[in-house]
Amino acid sequence: MLATSMGISFYGGIDPATGRVVEKGHALEGQSIGGKILVFSTGKGSTVGSYTLYRLKKAGNAPTAILNAESETITAVGCIISGIPCVDHIPIEQITTGMLVRVKAESGIVEIL
Amino acid sequence: MELTQAEKWMLEGREGQATRKAMEILAALGTIYGADRLLPVASVQIAGVSYDNLGEAGLEFLAEMASDGAKVKVLTTLNPAGMDIENWQVMGIDADFALNQQRVIEAYQKMGIVPTCSCTPYLFGNLPHYGEHIAWAESSAVCYANSVLGARTNREGGPSALAAALTGKTPDYGFHLTQNRYPTLTVQVQESLAGTHDFGTLGIAIGKVIEASRVKTIPYIRGIPEASMEELKSFCASIATYGGLALFHMEGITPESALFEAPGDCLTINRSDLEAADRFLNEASAIDQVDFVSLGCPHLSLQEIARVAEQLKGKKVRKTFWITTARPTKRIADQMGYTTIIEKAGAIFATDTCCVVAPIQGRFKAIATDSAKACYYAAAKNGFQTRFLPFDKVIEEALK
Repeated sequence: MLATSMGISFYGGIDPATGRVVEKGHALEGQSIGGKILVFSTGKGSTVGSYTLYRLKKAGNAPTAILNAESETITAVGCIISGIPCVDHIPIEQITTGMLVRVKAESGIVEIL
Repeated sequence: MELTQAEKWMLEGREGQATRKAMEILAALGTIYGADRLLPVASVQIAGVSYDNLGEAGLEFLAEMASDGAKVKVLTTLNPAGMDIENWQVMGIDADFALNQQRVIEAYQKMGIVPTCSCTPYLFGNLPHYGEHIAWAESSAVCYANSVLGARTNREGGPSALAAALTGKTPDYGFHLTQNRYPTLTVQVQESLAGTHDFGTLGIAIGKVIEASRVKTIPYIRGIPEASMEELKSFCASIATYGGLALFHMEGITPESALFEAPGDCLTINRSDLEAADRFLNEASAIDQVDFVSLGCPHLSLQEIARVAEQLKGKKVRKTFWITTARPTKRIADQMGYTTIIEKAGAIFATDTCCVVAPIQGRFKAIATDSAKACYYAAAKNGFQTRFLPFDKVIEEALK
């Protein structure tokens, strides 16, 4: 579990090979999103970001699931073509890094364990 | 979401596997965003062209989509590639990259997509009119189309734009609907602005406030008496990068601003806000380190190239200096004699590409540019320090 209240730009903000957050000054700068449930407010930045998610998936460094306050198209499409579960309209302020969370993406249910 | 008979057939695969996959992406998006139908689109702009961004995984995805003979149903143009298609050697691109980049372009062309390789499609032929529904990727062009032209598009990702091109459709939600285009925040600008750098600075100042507020915001910007196309494209690129914005209204300048009243909530932008935004991209340590100069994010217009030629005439640049623009603009610059003047001065035309999408990670220490967007990617993606300067000062920097 890796949580931030900030937005994420997958293109430019995340290293597509390693999954590390490289955006200057980002709350998660230096951390890897690979294999984690990634919680952030919404996607921002360049529209190439969907392919970054696809590349992360193929490289084995994609998040296990994505939880958003509000998903936008770039994140949603990246999740669709990569098969990453994604749930939005989540009160993300209730979730902090390190918490144990169960995501049932089919029903859109997220439980804090 | 209700689908027409023709749309259902596409979803069933009657037009092949690529069109089926395209329709699956659109149907999933429509369901997620509560669209009740698909809309026909007039044109598409596709992002995800540079091999540096796509990687082998992205290229495989595109090659598979192109393999069953699917063709686009509407005018579809392409974002910048990772290199100058005709002249990649002068950019220091290696042969493997060039080969892979060509494979990307070929996959797109096979689907009937026009390889304009530019982030400013509205400058040559892909120019939607007021109220027209389109499906565009490229965050700066999306913001320009919605705001400056008054066309209607969501911020498409590369694959969803391709899906719209292959089907001619997009789900009816978000910025396609009038009720989602109302301004929510008045922004009063209290400083006079001139040039691409100033407008980029304003984009940072507003974008960062909106990003930090975490509320979806459509600003209604007041206090700007006039703005050129070049200033607006710079502003669009900046506010899309720093605030994730796809739409703004600018009183007296953008067409829909006349439809709305200024909202009650107001953000004031004064000189100190702009100075803080400018400082954010000007690291003191970068001053003596600039070894790369770039103009053309978004791609330079013909007028801007004329300005560069005027400033460089009879001089010699002393740093790597890239002029990034689209192939059609470059051809007219050739005819006008601007190209000869600029190349004689030692600057390089990096046509079809730009400093954001070319594979130049770690190649330079510090970049000087007039583009707030280019600074963001130079720092995050390429590891360069940044000098964010007015247009003419950028040229002076190259001559130092």
